[in-house]
Amino acid sequence: MSKVLASTNPYIPNSTTRAKEEMLRTIGIQDIDSLFSAIPSELKLNRLLNLPEPYQSEYELQKHVTKILDKNTSTNERLSFLGSGCYQHFVPAVCDEINSRNEFLTAYSGKAYEDHGRWQALFEYTSLMAELLNMDVVNLPTYDGLQAAATAMRMAANISGRKEIILAKAIQPDKLSKIMEYNRHLLTFKFINFDPLTGGMDLSQLEQSLSSDTAAIYFDNPNFFGVIESNAGEICSLAHQHGALAIVGADPISLGILKPPADYGADIACGDIQSLGIHMQFGGGHAGYIASRDEEKFVREYPNRIVGILPTREEGEYGFGEVAFRRTSFEARESGKEWLGTMANLWAITAGVYLALMGPQGMQEVGQTITERVNYAMRALSSIDSISLQFPQAAHFREFVVDFSRTKKSVKEINRDLLERGIFGGLDISAVFPQFQNHAVYCVTEVHTKEDIDDLARNLAEVLS
Amino acid sequence: MNARHYHQARWNEPIICEMGSSGERGVLIPPFDGGAEPSSESGAFIPENMRRTAPPDLPEISQVEVLRHYLRLSQENLGAGLIPDFGMATSTMKYNPPVNEQLSRSAKLTNLHPLQDEATTQGILEIMYQLEQFLKEISGMDRVSLQPRGGSQAIYANLAMIRAYHAKRGELEQRNEIITTIFSHPSDAAVPSAAGFKVITLYPEASGYPSLDQLKAVVSERTAGLCITNPDDTGIFNPHIREFVDIVHAAGGLCAHDQANANGLLGIVRSRESGFDLCQFNLHKTFSTPHGSGGPGSGVSCVSSALADYLPSPTVEFDGEKYHLEYDRPDSIGKIASFYGVAANFIRAYAWILAHGAEGLREVAQIATLNNNYLMTKILEISGVSAPYAAKQFRIDQTRYSWEKLTHETGLKITDISRRSVDFAMHFFYSHHPYWVEDPATLEPTESYSQRDIDEFIASWTQIVDEAYHDPEIVRSAPHLAPIHQMTHPEYLSDPDKWSPTWRAFRRKYPGGFGNE
Repeated sequence: MSKVLASTNPYIPNSTTRAKEEMLRTIGIQDIDSLFSAIPSELKLNRLLNLPEPYQSEYELQKHVTKILDKNTSTNERLSFLGSGCYQHFVPAVCDEINSRNEFLTAYSGKAYEDHGRWQALFEYTSLMAELLNMDVVNLPTYDGLQAAATAMRMAANISGRKEIILAKAIQPDKLSKIMEYNRHLLTFKFINFDPLTGGMDLSQLEQSLSSDTAAIYFDNPNFFGVIESNAGEICSLAHQHGALAIVGADPISLGILKPPADYGADIACGDIQSLGIHMQFGGGHAGYIASRDEEKFVREYPNRIVGILPTREEGEYGFGEVAFRRTSFEARESGKEWLGTMANLWAITAGVYLALMGPQGMQEVGQTITERVNYAMRALSSIDSISLQFPQAAHFREFVVDFSRTKKSVKEINRDLLERGIFGGLDISAVFPQFQNHAVYCVTEVHTKEDIDDLARNLAEVLS
Repeated sequence: MNARHYHQARWNEPIICEMGSSGERGVLIPPFDGGAEPSSESGAFIPENMRRTAPPDLPEISQVEVLRHYLRLSQENLGAGLIPDFGMATSTMKYNPPVNEQLSRSAKLTNLHPLQDEATTQGILEIMYQLEQFLKEISGMDRVSLQPRGGSQAIYANLAMIRAYHAKRGELEQRNEIITTIFSHPSDAAVPSAAGFKVITLYPEASGYPSLDQLKAVVSERTAGLCITNPDDTGIFNPHIREFVDIVHAAGGLCAHDQANANGLLGIVRSRESGFDLCQFNLHKTFSTPHGSGGPGSGVSCVSSALADYLPSPTVEFDGEKYHLEYDRPDSIGKIASFYGVAANFIRAYAWILAHGAEGLREVAQIATLNNNYLMTKILEISGVSAPYAAKQFRIDQTRYSWEKLTHETGLKITDISRRSVDFAMHFFYSHHPYWVEDPATLEPTESYSQRDIDEFIASWTQIVDEAYHDPEIVRSAPHLAPIHQMTHPEYLSDPDKWSPTWRAFRRKYPGGFGNE
């Protein structure tokens, strides 16, 4: 039996009979169906959609959805050591306050006259990121760090006029999948192994692979294993010696303590800004940045919006607009660079708020404390007999690889046991890195206390005993 | 009704890089008590050559002032929450119910890591699975991926599947052309090009859409597919769409329906009945998730069963008891975006669909179309504005108008009229290049706005037209009541020596500020 439905919809002001009648009269027709008369009847759906009965009252809807969401168990309720592309960092309350303002949330793409605040906040985001990156150009974010890396490679290929990308193998598998799928018809790829001891790029293989066909070298720093690439400067110079560009994937949250890619020779930096004040949201909080020097040949290759500042008729007032807009698909359709569309500006505004709150000292401190905690965690875990670390001598940031192959359990079993004890263990990478059977990537950030890490070590020791 | 007496906030906030002073802090970091050589200097675990030498030149600002700065900036915006926002047509600026916002910001989502054990994420997986079932029924298609993070990225996913489909048949080399129309969104041309296809664009006849003969002339064994918006940006529904699709199918191509403009079709017309193989919806348009100052949105790719194997991985499956993410899909195009897409939007869209039900969704389409035709009836009474193509025919969700007559008669430009609109708390979008309609203004009044809202918009345009003929200077020098005055020196955006993409570039190029270079 179906419910009796309310005839007036609170979201639809003109759902009242009065409004419908008056508007139909103005148009000069009898019924709403006449408005659809241009559509051939054989294309029309001659029945109602087969959907569940609606929850018309807000209370019922709230209750229904909350009940489903309650089936989730979040990292608030458990202790999580998962990273691998999405990170549990501290989110300042001001970040949420600003990104939930209806004024920012429901704005879209007005000009800097009516949306001056949105434009300024976006310009401030790129300006703050530029300081962190020591680069003069930063895009308005693309969808995520995966797209940023895939796009940066196309930019490099166009700038260099070459088609081959040399890639470090120590890369997030999803990122690799995106890069390859997106560029399969344009680029070719060569892969460089990581050194089994240091976790860094194999420099001799890199030297052999470079040629006058190389458009760019790409590597993440730190890489997928949390290893800081200590030869980053040499890698970038090798690229330049062969007339290729160097692209570095860097998480901005590391840059208060790590050298920004520009300082060791990167031509393009890219990555994801989720770490900067944006909740994990089951992977929903991502946005990708791309940055470079302020050179025309670089700027003209960006597919995304770049905000510029300009004067107004009133002295001292700032206006904003789009830099080199003709390169975009809104101006040039299929002749433009990739495409423009709705991407991830709310996260750009949020990341700007985060950087403004953190300041230089906050960024240094967060980098420092993550480094301390990851080193503490590495020591704590390696003190367990059957466990070893994969790259014990290498410098790490935020993540590290744990080798469980000497234990009697698989990572899958260990994680199941940890889960029973209220802990989300690190990501099992056995399937994606076959040389690392029974290895897992553990992640430690500024949200993990000494007690949290001790808890993990104690529980691991117990489930492995 | 008269146009609104109004003045937007004008805070003259400094650029944030100029704010604060040395030593101020906005937020503190939790200290670590792990005894990990805390006395060592900063960066003790970082190799010397990889340590940052000089701290980033970020401002140092107290929390109070950071909050105040951004609140002030928030007041200098006109979004769907503040105004009847139907000037941003093709974008379907509708009401974003706060209840959906509240649900999507539950800690049960915000603090969920995407790689958690599936036993701990059954709630969000259930919502994803159910949302897919809803979207299958709404589109008539067989499978849906929620992964793309925007409408254009979903168009890309569809193109990647078209590519994979032809590659599997060994025909990709031969089939390298995608056909679209000029009134389809720019992404229907740009994305196929980015995916490696040659793009063929058809142009409208007096009806507002291209003829079947035009299509037949370009379809061949090189056709990979059709990528088309219908109704397109004119709001005119192409009644021959099924024949378009059949012609492309007969030549061996696939057909992708850009459903970004689906708001007027919900429960009335589906991609399935028009014969399409793929379509995409933008959850941030038709399904009411907020536009977020330009994202994150969500694009969803819907496909027929013949293409289901190519969908991005993972898919969400249900075995009758548990939901799980399926990765074992050898023909999948792989990753289109990080993890599973913008999960908060799945909750919002799920809640929005459930708040309406089948009759409610049909009512959305009906009222959106009623509002548009009511608006059009009134606009066509205003002197100087027209609605090109398909004279006297009703439009679906939106209409592309032309101010050509008024600009010719007054010497004003479309940009002048657009700026003046802002003084009445209204704005409108003058479309994408190329301006195939002269001096265009595209309006889409969705179901979210009242008759009063529409009448107020009409009042503002009526007043602008009156001013244009009697006091054009007030229009030309607009805006007067916005956060800023008219911008000057457009070359500061187009000239590489003069553009400033960031504040540090500005300081380098204009050390004494604008006017002192």
